[in-house]
Amino acid sequence: MKNNNKKSFNLKKFLKQYMFFFITLILLGIIFIFRHDIGLKVINSVIYSSREIILVLPPIFILIGLLDEWVSKETMIKLMGEDSGIKGIILSFFIGIMTVGPLYSAFPIAEVFIKKNVKFTNIIVFIGASSAIRVPMFLVEISSLGFKFALTRLFLNIILVLLIAYIMSSLLKQNDITAIYEKVIKM
Amino acid sequence: MSNYIFNILIYLIAIIFLIISFVKNRKKTKQALIKAWKSFQNILPMFLGVVVLIAIVLSIVDTEFISRILGEKSGALGVLLASIVGSATLIPGFIAFPTAAMLLQGGAGYVQIAAFVQTLMMVGIVTLPLEIKYFNKKAAIIRNSISFILSIGVAYLIGFILGAWK
Repeated sequence: MKNNNKKSFNLKKFLKQYMFFFITLILLGIIFIFRHDIGLKVINSVIYSSREIILVLPPIFILIGLLDEWVSKETMIKLMGEDSGIKGIILSFFIGIMTVGPLYSAFPIAEVFIKKNVKFTNIIVFIGASSAIRVPMFLVEISSLGFKFALTRLFLNIILVLLIAYIMSSLLKQNDITAIYEKVIKM
Repeated sequence: MSNYIFNILIYLIAIIFLIISFVKNRKKTKQALIKAWKSFQNILPMFLGVVVLIAIVLSIVDTEFISRILGEKSGALGVLLASIVGSATLIPGFIAFPTAAMLLQGGAGYVQIAAFVQTLMMVGIVTLPLEIKYFNKKAAIIRNSISFILSIGVAYLIGFILGAWK
């Protein structure tokens, strides 16, 4: 009986976790019914990007695991925590621009940062740098849009990333930020 | 091409650190791998959903659609449309930049192209569920809204600077 209870609890959790995925699948099903051709296009694109993602994710998660295990909370707080100052900002920025993988691969890295008590504005700097100015993408940008365009965007984005972190930290109250940290630690 | 080099590089870095970790402490390495797997499992359901959602959006908003929007409409309306399309889609850089270059040659303006590229990277409507999972609704919505507004500002600045820098 007890075992049974546990099972039904897990099923509920499973359904909750996969809810979003199921909704997208239903959406895909509806598209497929009305437009076979577009449905096939979507499936092809899902297979293509899944393959890309499966290829890049393993090293990212291995590095996340190693970071989590080897670098102590104290060290992370010293490097990027509340009193890390400009050094913390620069470090967050550089880790951000070196991120690889899909754009959203920054989120699981942010998860470890939160667990290690990295300062919130530094995490936003990291997310911003990781989305706006990645080194591999910068190289593609130079080759396709030219040096002037890429360099101007790079320069403006350095300011933009810092500005967004500053605005966010002033718009969010301290208890909002604490709530995020508490939630992520439970994850 | 540079994308592949970086992928190989990240594999090499991960393998080297894994070997060092294994030599130094096997138990810790095992723990690290368990943590890696857990963190992957944590994000997997959302990843799957986001991948399907991106594919659905891209089947409608394809290169042809983007070039139609960015090619025809110029001026402020063009910038706004480019920003909306950029926010709603998620295209990897090695596809987005060459596409943007093509559009530029096709006659689209710098400001529109910059707005598209900028929002493509900074604003993620399809990845919003993922962002909410890691932060929360308020933080995710604030970050994306500020990014949207400032991206348009950056696009105009890029247009202005490139116009002056000849």
